[in-house]
Amino acid sequence: MATEAQAIGGDWGGGVHPYRVGHRKLGMWLFIMSDSLTFSALLIAYAYLRASNVWPTPFKFYPSIVFSSVMTLVLLSSSLTMVMAVSASARKNKSAARKWIVATAVLGATFIVLHSIEWRHLISEGLRPFQLPAEWAEKWPGASPLFGATFFGITGMHMFHVATGCIYLLVVAGRVNKLKHEDVEISGLYWHFVDLVWMFVFPMIYLLSIWPK
Amino acid sequence: MTTHASGDEEHFAGSNKLFISIWVWLLLLTGFEVLLGYIQLPVIYMLVILMGASIIKAALIVAYFMHLRFERLTLVLTIVPALVVCICLMLLVFFPDSFRAKGLRSGGVSTPAESR
Repeated sequence: MATEAQAIGGDWGGGVHPYRVGHRKLGMWLFIMSDSLTFSALLIAYAYLRASNVWPTPFKFYPSIVFSSVMTLVLLSSSLTMVMAVSASARKNKSAARKWIVATAVLGATFIVLHSIEWRHLISEGLRPFQLPAEWAEKWPGASPLFGATFFGITGMHMFHVATGCIYLLVVAGRVNKLKHEDVEISGLYWHFVDLVWMFVFPMIYLLSIWPK
Repeated sequence: MTTHASGDEEHFAGSNKLFISIWVWLLLLTGFEVLLGYIQLPVIYMLVILMGASIIKAALIVAYFMHLRFERLTLVLTIVPALVVCICLMLLVFFPDSFRAKGLRSGGVSTPAESR
């Protein structure tokens, strides 16, 4: 005979966890949803500005695209080390989990260093949030000066997420013995999300802005 | 659902071999994108192919690295459709209008269809 909860509506009748995840993990998923919309809004604003203006395409295949491809490789590899950390944590191998998490944070820090070099290079060329370098303004007459605003805004927001992710991961690595497996998994969710965002930023910002042959 | 917070045993779906193969696929797709950038197709083809490849990469990351494929359908249905609808609505509202704005800028008012 069916219980009262089953009669009311199975999972949704109360007394069970319909998602079968802890409240913290569900919270991280909801945060990821909201952050996805933030990045979507930024990228769509960029697409709007780009489609409605003359837009510079200043990135030469070498060094800019090669450099940003290496950054992508570093970030993708950090996702692999993070999933290894979660896998080790599930096997209760806390010391291996800690090593993989630290490796992930180191790769994240490498990404930040590489991106900072890229920023410095563009700033030295004369790119500012609301001003194009003189050479670009000459090559693309009437181009929107907002290239810098979108570039620094979107990549800066992403870099901020990477930086906070590195701090978060180091805290998790330090406390991994006290934390539950699900806590390690939650930090992994955040890190993979940061990687996921770059999978859109890289083609939209870099690959669609390659210097014409 | 294969991972849970309570209990001594933690079940974790997916082997390391699977994760490495996903990572290789992600690298291959990235290499393909970079190759397209090197070849330099017309921008409209680049946009469509690059966004297609990015969506595939995002799906692989969400499904395997973030384990959504191994979670309950209720969680997937709570997260994915709402996001997709919101992003599509933003695109529907703003993207066609950007072509109108370009038309205004260049002196003539055009509909999105004409601009495309």
